[in-house]
Amino acid sequence: MTPRIRLAVPLLAAALLSSACGGGGGGSAAAPASAQPGEKIKLTVGLFGDFGFKPLYEEYKKTHPNIEIVENVTQFNDHHNNLVKRLATNAGAGDVEAVEVGYISTFTAQPNKFVDLKQFGLDKRQSDYLDWKWQQGLSKDGGQVLGLGTDVGGLAMCYRKDLFKKAGLPTDRAEVAALWPTWEQYIETGKKFAAADVAGAKFTDSPGEIFRAMVNQAPTGLYDAQDTIIVESNPDVKKAWDLSNQLTQEGLTAKLAAFSPPWNTGFAKGSFATIICPAWMTGFIQEQAKDATGKWDIATVPGGSGNSGGSHLMVPKQSKHPKEAAELIDFLTSKDNQAKVFKEEGTFPSIPALYDDPSIQNFTKPFFGDAPIGKIYSDAAKALKPQHLGPKEADVRVAIGNGLGRVEQGKQTPDEAWTQVLEDVKKIR
Amino acid sequence: MSTYPLAATRRRRRSVRHTLDMRVSPYAYVAPFFLLFCAFGLFPLIYTAWVSLHEWTLLSDTQEFVGLGNYSTLLADGYFWNATFNTLSIGVLSTAPQLLLAIWLAHLLNRRLRLQTLFRISLLLPNVTSVVAVVVIFSQLFGRDFGLINWMLSWFGVGSIDWAAGTATSHVALSVMIMWRWTGYNALIFLAAMQAVPRELYEAATLDGASNFRQLRSVTLPMIRPTIIFVVIVSTIGAMQIIAEPMLFAQSTGSGGGTFATGGPDRQFQTLALYVYEQAFANSTFDFGYASAASWLMFLAVVIVSGVNFLITRRAKGGIV
Repeated sequence: MTPRIRLAVPLLAAALLSSACGGGGGGSAAAPASAQPGEKIKLTVGLFGDFGFKPLYEEYKKTHPNIEIVENVTQFNDHHNNLVKRLATNAGAGDVEAVEVGYISTFTAQPNKFVDLKQFGLDKRQSDYLDWKWQQGLSKDGGQVLGLGTDVGGLAMCYRKDLFKKAGLPTDRAEVAALWPTWEQYIETGKKFAAADVAGAKFTDSPGEIFRAMVNQAPTGLYDAQDTIIVESNPDVKKAWDLSNQLTQEGLTAKLAAFSPPWNTGFAKGSFATIICPAWMTGFIQEQAKDATGKWDIATVPGGSGNSGGSHLMVPKQSKHPKEAAELIDFLTSKDNQAKVFKEEGTFPSIPALYDDPSIQNFTKPFFGDAPIGKIYSDAAKALKPQHLGPKEADVRVAIGNGLGRVEQGKQTPDEAWTQVLEDVKKIR
Repeated sequence: MSTYPLAATRRRRRSVRHTLDMRVSPYAYVAPFFLLFCAFGLFPLIYTAWVSLHEWTLLSDTQEFVGLGNYSTLLADGYFWNATFNTLSIGVLSTAPQLLLAIWLAHLLNRRLRLQTLFRISLLLPNVTSVVAVVVIFSQLFGRDFGLINWMLSWFGVGSIDWAAGTATSHVALSVMIMWRWTGYNALIFLAAMQAVPRELYEAATLDGASNFRQLRSVTLPMIRPTIIFVVIVSTIGAMQIIAEPMLFAQSTGSGGGTFATGGPDRQFQTLALYVYEQAFANSTFDFGYASAASWLMFLAVVIVSGVNFLITRRAKGGIV
């Protein structure tokens, strides 16, 4: 090797390395308005759980042979936090992103990061939707359509008939519903269940989702209409907190946090007799408690109607195919397809015209002992009063969820936990 | 015109090239590493320090200079000190027994054995297993309701322990996971050092009537002290940066009100690295300034703790050297 070459080799290597390091971040925000006809287009759809869209993709491909759809599913919190990151760094977001209602105001507060679906004519869908669901998908000034709703989470209460029978409680859904018009009566029923001492089973899973449901039933929740956090001053929040902790302190919970692996095991083992059941939860139960066909049933929820959960689909501005993405959203959220997804997955439509549709009204599910789930959730959705949700809704819920957890793990009294929750909430900016 | 000057120029040029080659080539050869180090090591370190002096969130377009404001808030933040305590506690609980166990294992393997290679390879197996798999499996073993460990404890009349709920119990559970992954790895390093110890020393010790344990204490340990210092420092640094285990443990046991970055609802097993992650990525504020300040304090803590351990191990006396 001559000296020249010997000098050149490492320098070249160094130059290559440094250029390779510098070349990665060239994400571009400029996007072509539309693709050439017939061109192969890949659309990515980012979700946080099974939305039951897979059969719809297949159907969509039949009419749009040039579209390929890739679904990315991540966990609930990761999904939304990743989306914030990807919007901020302008790279990596999908063409269609699902946003849960707890996060929707975080994202509609950044209208410049999302495609205004109006430009693709989707404002025509307004008349289809529940008004409040439609409003949630608009930018703050109401001028832009940023997201189209998928489902709403009208509330109900699911319960295990076999465990109720063992505890000497009624099993018929009308009689069960009559046990608990209020949450206080729900707790009383729980005490009766606990007194019967059914082996291996508690009355409910954990207070977390019940707390969320109770807050959602109130006229105002964690935020007031001016986007100020009112956890400390809202008596309804404190009442929900007290009732949730009462469940824990009476020993009525199985201490299984929702969506955790032990909670999944709890379904299979029948570790709890009731669970708060927004429409989308029915899909979870069916998936987790496969062997329990006919054991679960659905009754009305204590404390009146409310909404817990539900999602929107949005198109980030960095999408290279906004037009195709918007068309896909239009398809996935159409009246017919929302009805189909409900029948398969249990997520309940946000299109009121369906609520009186006989195919929904008369829809029953064998898994839930032929419970008329179409009618139950239609009634829940019709009676629903929408609540204003703030931009840091999810962070506030984490702070409160940790407080409930500390009481559940016996670390603190409810009062100590509440003091710490209020301190944590004050830090949220 | 003669050809002489041209030849001289050529020779001179060649000698310049030769000097250049001798002087510059070595640097050029190490340059790729240093370029990479600057891009991925030094630059982030300095940039993090810069960010830590600002009110800096991912979503806002302006970053206000706040001087040491983030640091003073941090030093008054109980959750930061809680994370520091947890890190040290898990660090001690996992590192100390781990190194003793590793030395013992290495000592056992440092003799003629059948299937030597098989034993040595199997030491490394836990280390090549994915950390996710390890934590998921151990979380099931440490499960409250249906865990194997609680089931075995029930034979001795011990009631079911909620491992993830308690501060001490969760630290023990996490330490066991860390030990499972790293004991064999460290044992191999010790074994390599032990094999370099001259045989004559053991022969002499045997002639003097030293027992096996005495030989380990008075011959082996002093002879491999540089390796012990190295392993202690590396393990300390590793233990100070634990993040994957507590995060996945929270996830697989369902501890935490919606996020796994707090290390349980009471932050009972949130480590420093996890605290940094929580501040920077696990909420919708994305407080990079605050998280950067925490990273720098964590860096200082690693330097201090490693330094202390270095002094202790170097001072530790034993035997003949």
